[in-house]
Amino acid sequence: MILSTNFLKDYLDLGDVDLHELAEKMTSLGNEYDSCSPFIDTGKLIVGEVIECKEHPDSDHLHVCKVNIGDKVLQIVCGAPNVREGLKVIVALDGTKLPGGEIKKSFIRGVESNGMLCSIAELGLDSKFLKEEDKAGIHELPQDTKVGEDAIKSMGWDDGVIDFDLTANRGDLLSILGMAYEVGAIYDKKVKPIDLSHKEGKDINFDINVKTDNCSLLLTRKVENICIKESTPEMKEKLMASGIRPINNVVDISNYVMLETGQPLHFYDADKLSGLLEVRMAEENEKLTTLDGKERILTNEDIVISDGKRAIGLAGVMGGLDTEITENTKNVLIESAIFNNVKIRRTSNKILRSEASNRFEKGLDPNRTYMAIERACHMLEKYADGTTCKGMKVYDNSQKDEKKIEITCKNINNILGTELAKEEILDAFRKLDFKVESKNDDLLIVSVPTRRIDISIKEDLIEEVGRIYGVDKVEGRVMNLPVKKGSYDKVTREIRNKMVNLGLNETLSYSLVSEELSTMFTNKEHKSIKILSPLTEERCALRQSLISSLYKIYEYNKTHDIDDISLFEVAKTFYEESEDSLVEENKLACLMKGNYYLGLETRKVDFYIIKGVAEELLDYLGYNGRYSFIQEGKIPADMHPGKTALISVNGETVGMLGRVSPSVCNDEVYVMEINLDKLLSKQVGKMKYKEISKFPTVKKDIAILVDEKISAQDLQKTIKNGGGKLLQESKVFDVYTGKGIPEGKKSIAFSIELGDSTKTLTDEIILNTMNKITENLKNKYGAELRS
Amino acid sequence: MEEKVSKLKEEALKQIESAKNLKELEDAKVKYLGKKGELTSLLKMMGSLSPEERPKMGSLVNSAKEVLEEKIKEKEESAKAEELAKKLEEERIDVTLPATKQRRGSKHPLNRVIEEIEDLFVSMGYDVISGPELETDEYCFERLNLPKGHPARDMQDSFYISPEYLLRTQTSAVQARAMMANKEKSPIRVIVPGKTYRREDDATHSHQFNQVEGLVVDKDISFADLKGTLEIFMKHLLGENTTLRFRPSYFPFTEPSYEVDVSCFKCGGKGCNLCKQTGWIELLGAGIVHPNVLKMNGYDPEKYSGFAFGTGLDRLAMFKYGITDIRLLYANDVRFLNQFDRKD
Repeated sequence: MILSTNFLKDYLDLGDVDLHELAEKMTSLGNEYDSCSPFIDTGKLIVGEVIECKEHPDSDHLHVCKVNIGDKVLQIVCGAPNVREGLKVIVALDGTKLPGGEIKKSFIRGVESNGMLCSIAELGLDSKFLKEEDKAGIHELPQDTKVGEDAIKSMGWDDGVIDFDLTANRGDLLSILGMAYEVGAIYDKKVKPIDLSHKEGKDINFDINVKTDNCSLLLTRKVENICIKESTPEMKEKLMASGIRPINNVVDISNYVMLETGQPLHFYDADKLSGLLEVRMAEENEKLTTLDGKERILTNEDIVISDGKRAIGLAGVMGGLDTEITENTKNVLIESAIFNNVKIRRTSNKILRSEASNRFEKGLDPNRTYMAIERACHMLEKYADGTTCKGMKVYDNSQKDEKKIEITCKNINNILGTELAKEEILDAFRKLDFKVESKNDDLLIVSVPTRRIDISIKEDLIEEVGRIYGVDKVEGRVMNLPVKKGSYDKVTREIRNKMVNLGLNETLSYSLVSEELSTMFTNKEHKSIKILSPLTEERCALRQSLISSLYKIYEYNKTHDIDDISLFEVAKTFYEESEDSLVEENKLACLMKGNYYLGLETRKVDFYIIKGVAEELLDYLGYNGRYSFIQEGKIPADMHPGKTALISVNGETVGMLGRVSPSVCNDEVYVMEINLDKLLSKQVGKMKYKEISKFPTVKKDIAILVDEKISAQDLQKTIKNGGGKLLQESKVFDVYTGKGIPEGKKSIAFSIELGDSTKTLTDEIILNTMNKITENLKNKYGAELRS
Repeated sequence: MEEKVSKLKEEALKQIESAKNLKELEDAKVKYLGKKGELTSLLKMMGSLSPEERPKMGSLVNSAKEVLEEKIKEKEESAKAEELAKKLEEERIDVTLPATKQRRGSKHPLNRVIEEIEDLFVSMGYDVISGPELETDEYCFERLNLPKGHPARDMQDSFYISPEYLLRTQTSAVQARAMMANKEKSPIRVIVPGKTYRREDDATHSHQFNQVEGLVVDKDISFADLKGTLEIFMKHLLGENTTLRFRPSYFPFTEPSYEVDVSCFKCGGKGCNLCKQTGWIELLGAGIVHPNVLKMNGYDPEKYSGFAFGTGLDRLAMFKYGITDIRLLYANDVRFLNQFDRKD
């Protein structure tokens, strides 16, 4: 809403209030502004009279003028075709700032020029307001304008405009009257009454019919014998300052009254109607050509106005072309109505947003609907010589009574955290022009004017008192609440810390990815969840795996020649289990590529490095001994089948790790993903001290020859079974294939540690145990002991 | 005899002195003091002396022996030290060559800010909670006093995936969840950091961003409490000199509602490009929990009141670390990430 202070002053005695101060005060009341400036934002311009106008000796279109500006006569060179002797003009003196730049004393083709004679366009008026003559030549002021005066003031254009960015609930402020009450509360001024008076002529001969619940109030009046002409300069200025282009007096009045009251009106050429105005829902695919000449195709969700035969307007949004006011219009039918705000919003979002629809969407005050139609009649009589027909056609299903809200001073002070006296509270309501009935010391009954449709409960009134009293005056305080322990998700933070300590960079990526990417690095068993109306195809589906995001980040960095990349992220992934079951999971993913150990001797990331990261994390979380890596099982097609393992904890798969398939990327990129919901649901024992054995342990190394497909993990399980309670640890310390080893076999060496916490092991026990281990390996896997 | 001992002693001392290494020293030791050494053989000759001469000679030889032993020991030690020094010198390395180390990790700046906020509020007795990002229309809007048809929940502003489900547009959705989850309807003190999504993407808006929500529900909670809490919050994050400005505003789930500006962290309030010459930066939305929201989620507004606040974290992180472009937060350029590899 653009507020013209000239317009505001029609309803409020503001005096010479500073524009910027007003804007700031409104801001602290909750009404933010985007901009605040004079309507004509230039340096001072003076009224001058051209007392001599001669052709420039060195030009075929320039003129050399002598211009009287009151205290002196200046020589100014002017190129406008309409410059002539006797003209009253707008003069910009040397040093005056105009939107196009600063005016400087200069020589134009050798002739001294001490300023500029201005056109309207040069004053910086919005181009939508400019007529041909405003651009073609200098502005011609009325002959009675006084030389030497402030030119902008003499034109009545010395106005200030503030462009407010209002909150959605304050529909009342989309009117000069609403602004007047708000500003009046700041400066403690009363709002002046609005003139609704007009004469009445012959009886109205017109019918209305409301066929839908989506119209709660419909008023129509007819004004006859109007005369179409240009509006007064004052009215045109106020419209332009408010951002509306003047058309002719009648159209301007409908806009002017909307600006004043906040109630959009529609004027029909009464002679083009059948004598009936009907409000109904449009039919499916019904067509209507709107004022802007565009054909609109409607649905049964759109409210239309019809004359019983055809749609003549899109209610609350825009009128129809057929029945618009033209230069030949004689009789006007005024419609002032309230339509369902949700329906108007949907229609206007679909078709067109207008000044009218903006106001309907926010909700309207039915008393203003009545006020606006009377005001329009008043204005049409005053400025278009019209005669209002006697009688108004009314369909009224609206609620017009003032709301009464009971509230106590204690309520107000409790919520604001203040100790306001009753007088201070009453003063705030008085400034707002709310009537208050005071029953006893504490209880107040507040009548809320119907213009304030945003106020319906106690808390709304508390906000009003707070606003008027001054939010800044309330002292902040430390809450008087019992001391208690706060909590947070420590485990996730510890996991992230661990990953950072393991040398990985934490990333932050988007949940929305392309449909193709959404299933990447999964077994494609689930449907991706898709956005109904995505912004782009790149972000249309929710990712099922975090690896896809990390992979994209890897690609991005690769294009920037970054070779050593180690990333991790903890975030959510999503999939559709069935139509009514959407799954959201917390995951951890890593991606590693390039060097992991740095220095003279680097170490490139391979499977065992990322496996190390996984084990470090799992051990840290307390899962030591509970996890295993499984090479059989379902592995995503985007992974290298020979270099990928599923991570299993307590027998359940919680994640996977391995190399990205060469079919996806040639680089050796290793990735891991763990489902944290699944992992963390597995119980971990408490960290507890275990007695250190007083008896020595014995280390024995064995090397065996087995089929190369047999996994170390399986062999270790067998060693563990064979060693029983005595087995403290078994470690692989060498794997060898090649020379000296038969084809299809491998040599694998284990370091086995045996011990007993209650006694020293005898040679016999050691030998027996080792024999049992080798026997088991032989029986289960055909392992041969190498010497 | 006397002369012989003294000569032998002189000769031995000379040889010991001239020994160039431990080997030569050992040779000298064997030559004079060994079992068959020259001084030893003198001792062996003692038997041939007269009983009067014997003690005299004995002490003479023994004292020579002691002198030699002492000298050898001394010489041995210095030779050992010399050899060690030589060995150590040979083992000298260039300590300025690069260290062998594992890559250093880093924590994303946005999460660093979240952790800082979490730690502050935990210290004030708040619980940090989370909620689903795939939220129902009911929790994201309806239970927050945003009935169907409300402008703030337009299809075009939200990523709906079905008529009932959408990606949450605000962490406020968790307000309703926290109240509904509290079966005893006891006081609540929570913050909710997390991802949020809106259907917009331009130079200053990312379709995915981060917010932190705060909610306190208790007896006699007032606007003054909200103001005091946000003052602590903002001063902690942006510096003790930060001042706050509360402007009345409108949010459907709070009444009264406020927008909260902080004094510009770039210019301190004097006016600059960042604050568009106003001296203020709009940072938070806050207010007193709307009685309808309390009621809808099982709390009696006659008994309880509360406050709620929310703020975007992306801009806070950008300010804190001097990040100039929001896209950097989501590009994950390793050269960017690597810069956040130390303590704050």
